[in-house]
Order: sequence, then C-alpha cells, then structure tokens
Amino acid sequence: MRLQKATSFALYAVLELAADPSRQLSGTDIADKYGISAHHLAKVLRDLGRAGIVDSVRGVGGGYRFVGNAKRLTLLDVIQIFEPITPEKAAYHDPALATPAGRALRIVLSEIDDHAIATFRSITISTMLKLMARHSSEISASQPRPSYEATSG
Amino acid sequence: MTSSATREPAALHIRPAVRRDIPAVIALDEEITGIAKNNYWRETFERYGARRRLPRFFLVAESAGRMEGFIIGEVRAWEFGEPPCGWIFAVQVRPGTRLKGVGTQLFNALCDAFRRAGVQKVRTMMLRSNHLVLSFFRSQGMMAGPFIEFETSLD
Repeated sequence: MRLQKATSFALYAVLELAADPSRQLSGTDIADKYGISAHHLAKVLRDLGRAGIVDSVRGVGGGYRFVGNAKRLTLLDVIQIFEPITPEKAAYHDPALATPAGRALRIVLSEIDDHAIATFRSITISTMLKLMARHSSEISASQPRPSYEATSG
Repeated sequence: MTSSATREPAALHIRPAVRRDIPAVIALDEEITGIAKNNYWRETFERYGARRRLPRFFLVAESAGRMEGFIIGEVRAWEFGEPPCGWIFAVQVRPGTRLKGVGTQLFNALCDAFRRAGVQKVRTMMLRSNHLVLSFFRSQGMMAGPFIEFETSLD
C-alpha cells in the first residue's frame, strides 16, 4: 500500500521531532534531511500543530518541536489527519459493488483494510523510534569497518 | 499495556508460578476481564506450571509480596511445518502498575527461558481489536510473522 505524500511527510516530521522532544527544528531542516518539498512540509506541519502533535516557536531560532505523547500516539492517529484509511463512503455508492462480484470484492478489500488498520493502530511513535534505532544499528554493524592500515595512514 | 495509574512497583522478582499463586492469577484476570475463570486457570497451571520438565513456562512477577502480573508460554515443535519456536499465549499486568516495565520484564524472562530451551523465534497471536496488548507486543519489537490465520463458521 502507498501513503499519500502529505501523510508520509507528516510521519517523517513527527519521527524526526519525537526522536528528541527538547530539540527545535525548522521545516527546512526536516525537508532537507528527507529531500522533500519545504513548501509542502510547511502545510503539513501546520496541520500537525492544529492536531496538537507539534508546537511552533516563532522568531529567530524558532522551529517546531514534538509535544505529543510518543507512547500513546500511533501511526493511525497521524495518518488519519491526512487521509481516510478506510475506503471512501462514495465508493460504496458504486452500483457495481451491489453485484455479487462487487460484494465479494468488498469482503476481500475489507479484510485487507482491517489488517492495515490494526497494524497502524498498534504501532506507537515510541515503537517506531525503537524500530529505527534497531535498523540503524543493524546497518552500521553490517558496514565494513576501516582496516587498521587504512585509518593509520 | 497502558494505564494512567502511577503505582511504582518495588523491586520486581520474576519467578516460576507455584500452586499458591493461582488465586492471585484468577483475581488479576477477573479484575482485567471481568470474568472469573477458576477452573481454566487451575487447569492451565497443571499443564504449564506444574510440569517443569516440559518446555512450558508460567512465570509471575512479584513485588513486595504482591503479584503484579504473569506470562505463559511454551515451545511448540513443527506446528504448521515450522521448526520449534516459543509461543506466548497469555500475559496480564495489574492495571495500576502498567507502564512501569512489568510486562517488559516478564516478556524478557520468558524469552530467556525460550532461548535456554534452544529456540530462536517467539510468536504469539492476538485479536486485531485488542489494541492494548497488540501495542505491547509491538513495543517489544514483534512484527507480523509468516502466518495468516483463518477461520470459518460451521453453521
């Protein structure tokens, strides 16, 4: 499955800021790190601010900081600010979905949705930060270490 | 495993369950689920706590003489064609002492027991609607495994 661009940007921003809630970062800092549009991210950060997940500090040295509860805030909480995770209601008015084939297809799609929702709802920002730390330590462990000869000159 | 209550447990001791723990297990489960399952927990102890030679583990977490939680698991071999692995099928932590690491210590102690039994994977299964315990297992680093669970109605 794919998340919309705004949703992905929001998750990057939340994870970046939640990694150190005492730190303030500008939208540009985050956009540069992830190679994403600063303009688009600014709109996303405003939405996250309205949701009470980040707080903005104006002026020189200002930026954004994480003010949510990383142990309670789930991926689903963030995703739902930006996109519906269940099929749009309009889709249910599609006459084809009233046919036997359409109903069977809805049952299958609903099974997939149920799994996706349970997954997103069970993963907190705190768990994501642990997952990131574990993967980055696995990556650094798999990197070849410079040999003594190479580093000693 | 989340709760707004703030009771900090004294030094926590994780140990195998003994018969005299069962009333506290029944009471804790009833406090959480609202259903007293006396026979179920007594039979579960006979199967998982009393027979120490089998790779079955029924552990309790005790603090200041009070049971704060328990966890139960066993090694299952060649189930669904898979090599032996550890299965967790019950974990409960007293609501007033959640978010204090009791569940994590129980989980780690059970994983240590599984390692000593020679297995390298640990699995569990959970209702999709049980967000609390799903989040707990996720926080322990558990991810979706290789199985898809199926069911059908027999009516």
